[in-house]
Amino acid sequence: MIELINVRKRFSDDADWITDGVNLTIPEGQTTCIIGKSGEGKSVLLKQIIGLIKPTSGSILIDGVDITKLDGDELKHVFKKIGYVFQFAALLDSLTVFENVGLPLLEKGIPKEEVLPIVKEKLTLVNLSPEQTMDKYPSEISGGMKKRVGLARTLIVNPKIILYDEPTTGLDPITTRIIHELMFTTQKKLGLTAVVISHDIEIFKYVDRVALLNERKIQYVGDAKTIWESDNPYVHQFIRGLTEGPIQTERTKEEMPKRKRPSWR
Amino acid sequence: MFSSVLSVIGMIQSIIFSIGAYVVSTLDTIGSFFLFMWGVLKTAFSSKLRLHQLFEQMLAIGVQSLSIILLTGFSTGAVLAWQSYIGFKRFGAEDFIGPVVALSLIRELGPVLTGLMVTGRAGSAMTAELGTMSITEQLEALQTLCIDVNQYLMVPRILGATIIIPFLAVFSMICGIIGGYLICINVLHINGEQYISGIKTFVELPDIMGGLCKAAAFGFIFSSVGCYKGFYTSGGAKGVGLATTQSVVISSISILIADYFLTTLLFK
Repeated sequence: MIELINVRKRFSDDADWITDGVNLTIPEGQTTCIIGKSGEGKSVLLKQIIGLIKPTSGSILIDGVDITKLDGDELKHVFKKIGYVFQFAALLDSLTVFENVGLPLLEKGIPKEEVLPIVKEKLTLVNLSPEQTMDKYPSEISGGMKKRVGLARTLIVNPKIILYDEPTTGLDPITTRIIHELMFTTQKKLGLTAVVISHDIEIFKYVDRVALLNERKIQYVGDAKTIWESDNPYVHQFIRGLTEGPIQTERTKEEMPKRKRPSWR
Repeated sequence: MFSSVLSVIGMIQSIIFSIGAYVVSTLDTIGSFFLFMWGVLKTAFSSKLRLHQLFEQMLAIGVQSLSIILLTGFSTGAVLAWQSYIGFKRFGAEDFIGPVVALSLIRELGPVLTGLMVTGRAGSAMTAELGTMSITEQLEALQTLCIDVNQYLMVPRILGATIIIPFLAVFSMICGIIGGYLICINVLHINGEQYISGIKTFVELPDIMGGLCKAAAFGFIFSSVGCYKGFYTSGGAKGVGLATTQSVVISSISILIADYFLTTLLFK
């Protein structure tokens, strides 16, 4: 189970709060979808759950361990437990699909011959033909295939929790559905806890719970099956794409520092 | 009167504030660079070296820069021989063209020009590659896969550059000496044997070792700066361009400053 307790984040002392008191419980073995308008801080929130970004204050408990208190090597234990599927897959350009997917195992010193069948299995799991894709470079495959390779790379370390950052952005409706079904079947087959950030209302068919992030806080958490009947004004406006309602127009997005520069100050 | 005094005081205050902010920001950058390098060096000495990545980097930095280094060395040697001839002819000291060309190249021009040329070719590429990896979340992806970014990316680049630059400098020196030799015998009509024997008499092992030490230091400098700038790149394509330019400028200036101190240290 993942618990976010009063999570607040801003990138500098004089910057606006990106999230300001987020409280959310993500149950084990279920898929929770976080929705919200662009620039609302959903990706920042997701990166805080895996420990890539530290919250300014608040706690994030994963199986009872507050990961905001962990540093360096201790965080590696969190990374072993959680897989992260990046918005644009974040595949290493200089490596082939095989090397990308098998990277965590190859880096542990496991021989290529032993890694090969595992990579093939994971590529098959994400509906990719190992023979046709393994020797290709990321620049030689389509956007949808890249996302599936990204998912296969995440699954190779057998995570308990998987985080998806807008997994269907920029994909056509057919590929979007394929990715949604893939996420759903993978989650059910492996019994994973999943958190998905998405703008796509189609995803409600495949997830268990929906949380809406607006004005720096979680405004709604509910069952995905009944979301269309919700009388929450934020949810009502957002899922129907209405311009009138409590959700204000998009605010400017503060650039997320890729990593914090060490400072003596 | 009183208000004009106040405005002058305000102006002085804002100048002092700007200078202070600049000094603090510069010190902050220098501090963060040393903290970054501390992390890289700790990894280098405490974890397994990725030999495959090391050789890959030595190939990318060294072998692929060879042609430009040979060309630079050759032309520098040739020009140096010409210039020396013009000066030395006035004193009838043409015999010293060989040693002057060789010593200049071995002690100074070979390492410095190699350092600067490789900074422009490989240092910029290093920053651009790491910067692109940074803005496309590839570095974060490595982190989430429990792969040590320092061990996987930084150590092979910095170590590879430090090892390979002295080899490139040797090629630059040899090519320069050959360039000078060809100008001497074909254009200036100076005895080739005289050129070679002058070099044999005046060039000593400490000269060569000093030149190679300088080259290794320059390799360390440009690769460290390149990795640091690439690692902390943000701001999309513009950010990558800016980081690359800054990396080349900072590396080149650092090489020239380091050259002065290394010369005073190595060639007393």
